[in-house]
Amino acid sequence: MRNPNLKRLRRTMMFLNCQKPNLIKDPYIYKPDSIMLDLEDAVAENQKDAARYSLYHALKEIDYHGVERVVRINGLATPHWQEDVRVCVAGGADVIRISKTETAEDVHRVEAAVEAAEKEFEVPVGRTLLMAALESAKGVMNAYEICNSSERLFGIALSGGDYSKDLQTVITGTGVEFAGARQSMIVAARAAGKQCFDTVFTNLDDMEGFAKEVLMIKQMGFDGKSIINPRQIETVHRIFTPSEKEIIFAEKVVREIDEKRAKGIGVFTVDGKMIDIAFYDGSKRTLSLAKAAGVYEGEL
Amino acid sequence: MDIKKSAIAGTLESSDAQVTVEPGNGKIDFSLDSTVIHQFGNQIRATVLETLKRLGVSNVKITVVDRGALDCTLKARVECAVFRANDQTENLPWGGAIK
Repeated sequence: MRNPNLKRLRRTMMFLNCQKPNLIKDPYIYKPDSIMLDLEDAVAENQKDAARYSLYHALKEIDYHGVERVVRINGLATPHWQEDVRVCVAGGADVIRISKTETAEDVHRVEAAVEAAEKEFEVPVGRTLLMAALESAKGVMNAYEICNSSERLFGIALSGGDYSKDLQTVITGTGVEFAGARQSMIVAARAAGKQCFDTVFTNLDDMEGFAKEVLMIKQMGFDGKSIINPRQIETVHRIFTPSEKEIIFAEKVVREIDEKRAKGIGVFTVDGKMIDIAFYDGSKRTLSLAKAAGVYEGEL
Repeated sequence: MDIKKSAIAGTLESSDAQVTVEPGNGKIDFSLDSTVIHQFGNQIRATVLETLKRLGVSNVKITVVDRGALDCTLKARVECAVFRANDQTENLPWGGAIK
């Protein structure tokens, strides 16, 4: 059975360190679309085990009020990732985010471990979704094959810190170092019918720069952004939520295309703009996004 | 499970608890320091003892310094300390003794 959560709304994924009980106990109050419970870089090497026990009980006992629970596991080159997979599946995580993904084979290895864990813990096979973080030039070069590697995998995410290191540059704040990766990844994701997510913006004192970056990645086609602080949620949601004007226009486009198609008319104008069938999916997507964001209750 | 050596888990940060286990003298020797001992001391004690029972630990000296941890955090810290005392970090019994 196809997992119904493959295409859910994911404008914000908020990183939370599993090592810190005060961070993971109630993040749902800020209403991100997803939380990303981190077993990887945020957790000290000698606390990897402690983070797993906290994760297990948080997944089992805390009501996150419908916020999607993603867990970032340790990379495949570490001794930690297999036990990470077991605890994620046993706890009932919605998604496993694979760190430092470079090839389709990386996804296959995790997928096999997830399936084994689902059988071990009597979780329905296919329940646990996957996403892949691309953190190197090789990963970005292989983005399309990674997107197509698994039916469980709903999307890819740029992980900027390690990626900039791999490119032998630094994070400048201008985005120039990520331009190629962002463009390659969104094209690969869309070609494969998958979602695409942008990297974190780490300067919490520069909310103006943050808003500019969010607007840019939305215009590029991204589905959402990883975030590091609740303060960033409102900005992302505001920018990713269609405006009233956009919703009204999208509604008109969908209605007109449906009507004109029945009459055998292929091209026409709406509010002075030339419209044809190519606008249909985009308009439907605008309405879906508006509906998911709670600002549209129409029947389309 | 036996407590083969001393082990510690958790921190003294807010919402956390620091749990220390040491080889016991044939029984459970429990001590608690908590910022909310008067309101929740009995509940904390019950959660810790229940977790030890599930893990099959009956011979231990256990010290809990609580800083307002939720039940789920207390359980996580007790389990972590006990498995550390046994040097076990893989193939853990999620959903079994860890529950």
